[in-house]
Amino acid sequence: MLLTKEQEAILNGEKGETLAKVMKTLVMYGDAFEAEKLVPITSQYNHLVTSFGLKVMSPVYDLMQTILDAGVASGQKFSVDPRPIDKNVPANFLQNLVFNKFMYTKQSFYEEQLEKLGLLDKNAFSCTCYMDEVGNKPKKGDVLSWAESSAVVYANSVLGARCNRNSGIIDIMGSIVGYVPYFGLLTDEGRKATWIVRVKTTKKPEAQLLGSAIGMKVMEDVPYVYGLTDFIGNELDDAACAYLKDFGAATASNGAVGLYHIDGLTPEAKEQGEALIAEGAKEYIIDDAELARVQAEYPVVWKNPDAKPKLCFIGCPHLSLEQLKTWTDNIEAALKESGASKVAIPTVLTAAPGVLEAFEKTDTAARLKATGAITSYICPLMYMNNPLCKKMPVITSSNKLRTYTSARYYTDAEILAAITKGGK
Amino acid sequence: MKKFQGRVITPGNVTAEAVVTTQGFNTLASFQMALQFGDKQVKCGDQNNAELHGKPLIGKALCLPQTIGSTTGGLVLYCACAMHKNPACMLFSGHIDSLAAAGAVLADVWVDGVTMPVIDSLGDEFLAYVKDGMKITVKEDGTVEVE
Repeated sequence: MLLTKEQEAILNGEKGETLAKVMKTLVMYGDAFEAEKLVPITSQYNHLVTSFGLKVMSPVYDLMQTILDAGVASGQKFSVDPRPIDKNVPANFLQNLVFNKFMYTKQSFYEEQLEKLGLLDKNAFSCTCYMDEVGNKPKKGDVLSWAESSAVVYANSVLGARCNRNSGIIDIMGSIVGYVPYFGLLTDEGRKATWIVRVKTTKKPEAQLLGSAIGMKVMEDVPYVYGLTDFIGNELDDAACAYLKDFGAATASNGAVGLYHIDGLTPEAKEQGEALIAEGAKEYIIDDAELARVQAEYPVVWKNPDAKPKLCFIGCPHLSLEQLKTWTDNIEAALKESGASKVAIPTVLTAAPGVLEAFEKTDTAARLKATGAITSYICPLMYMNNPLCKKMPVITSSNKLRTYTSARYYTDAEILAAITKGGK
Repeated sequence: MKKFQGRVITPGNVTAEAVVTTQGFNTLASFQMALQFGDKQVKCGDQNNAELHGKPLIGKALCLPQTIGSTTGGLVLYCACAMHKNPACMLFSGHIDSLAAAGAVLADVWVDGVTMPVIDSLGDEFLAYVKDGMKITVKEDGTVEVE
C-alpha cells in the first residue's frame, strides 16, 4: 500500500506506539483487500457499532483503555448503536438479575470510555443515527468509517455516502487516524451491481421480507432493483426512506449487502441508471410465490411452536417518527375493530432517544400509551442475546432480529393482528 | 496428503484437526454463548449451521468459505483470541471477508502471545476435499497440507 509521508510517520511510531499500532491495523486490513492507499474520512461524524458493556467483551474495553491511556482520541465525534438495557422493557426478576449483575456489568464503565473518546452526547445511542432527530446524517460522497450493518447499507444506498462493511473497533480506528483503506464500496468499480433484481409482485412487498429474499440470494454482492418504484414512488420522502431502512437492514443481516441501487429512486441509480450494472450481472426475479417461499422456510426455533407470544418487538432497526405515528394509528384502529382497548401481548416499539423525545411532544404519544404499547430506546438484539430470553416466545416484524435471535418473524399486518386480536 | 496454496492474511505455523463448514460462518452466533458462559470447548452455538452446531472450535483448524452475520464479528473474533479461546487457524476457500479480516488483524496486532494463522484463497477444491477430523498443517508461506 502506498502511504503518504504523514501516514508513514505514524506507522513508524513518530506519534507514539499506540497510534502506530492503530495505523498498522488499518494498513493490514487494507492489504487483505489489495487496497492501494488510505483515503481521508470526510463525514462530519463517525458511528460505532459497539454500544454494549458486556462483561465477556472485556478485551475490547482493555483495548479502548490502552488507546485512552496513550492520550489518543477520535478525530471525529461519534454516535453509537442502541443501549442494551432499558427499565421500560418488560423483564422478570431473573432476567433483570442476569442483565444487570452478570451480562452488562461493564455498561457504565464503557459509556465513560465512549464519552472520553468522543461520544456526541449522552443520547447518541441508536442504530438509525441518520435520522434528523439524531443528527448524524452523512452527505452524498462522504467517506465513512462506520460498522453498523444497517446504517452502512442505508448510508451507501439512500444517502450516497461511501463506506465498507467494517467490523467494530475498525470503525473507531479509522476516526483516530482520520483515514480508511480504499477498496470495495469506496471505489466506483466496487459500487457496480452484479445482480439485477426484478420485483414482480402484485402488491407492495413487505420491506423486511423483500430485503431478506435479496440478501439471501446475493449475499455480499450489490443488487440493482427494478420495479420497486411502482410501489414506493420515485421520491425519497419519509415513507420511502423508512421502507428502504427496513429493506436494507434485512439485506444486510440475512445476507451481507452493503449497498443496493433502486432504479429511479436511490441517488446513484437516478444519476447513472443502468450504467451501474456490471457486465454479466446475474438475474433474480421476485414474485408473490418467491416471497411466500422465503417466509415459509424461516426455521422456527421455539421449543413449543404454538406457544403464546410473551413479548413483541417492533423497530429493529429503530423506527422513524413517521413509523411511530403510523403504528399508533394502526394499533388504535385494529383494537377498535376487535373491540379491545389494550394490546394482548406486551409490545415494545423502539426508536432513537431523539426520535422518542420528538414523539413525546406529539398528541400521538398519549394515544399509543393508551393502547398499552411501550416505547423504548433499547436494542432488541441485545435484549434477546442470552439464554433466558432465548427460551421466551418473542415475535417481531424485524428480519434482522429473527436472524440473530430466537424471535419469530411476522409481517407488519400479521404482527398487528397478533397484538390486537388475542395474541395468537 | 494433499497440498493447497493460499494467501497469507496473518502468518504462522500450526498443526490441528479440521472442522469444516461449507456455509458462511456466523462469528457472533458461533462464539457468543460459549464465550459468555465459559464453555471450555467453545462449542459452536450457531443453530443455523447444522455442520458446526455443538462442535468444539477451540484449537481446531476452522475451514470455511467466508464469515457472515453481525459486523461485531471482527471484535468477537478478537475477543476469542484475547481470551485464548480461538481456533488454531482459519482457512478460507475464497477471498476473506471484511469482518474476518478485521478480527484476524486485530488479534495479530493487539493480542500478545496468541498466533492464529489465517489463510485465504485456498480454492473451492480445498473445501470440497477437507473433512472433519483430517489433520491440517499450516505453514508460514500459506501452504496448507491436508491428510
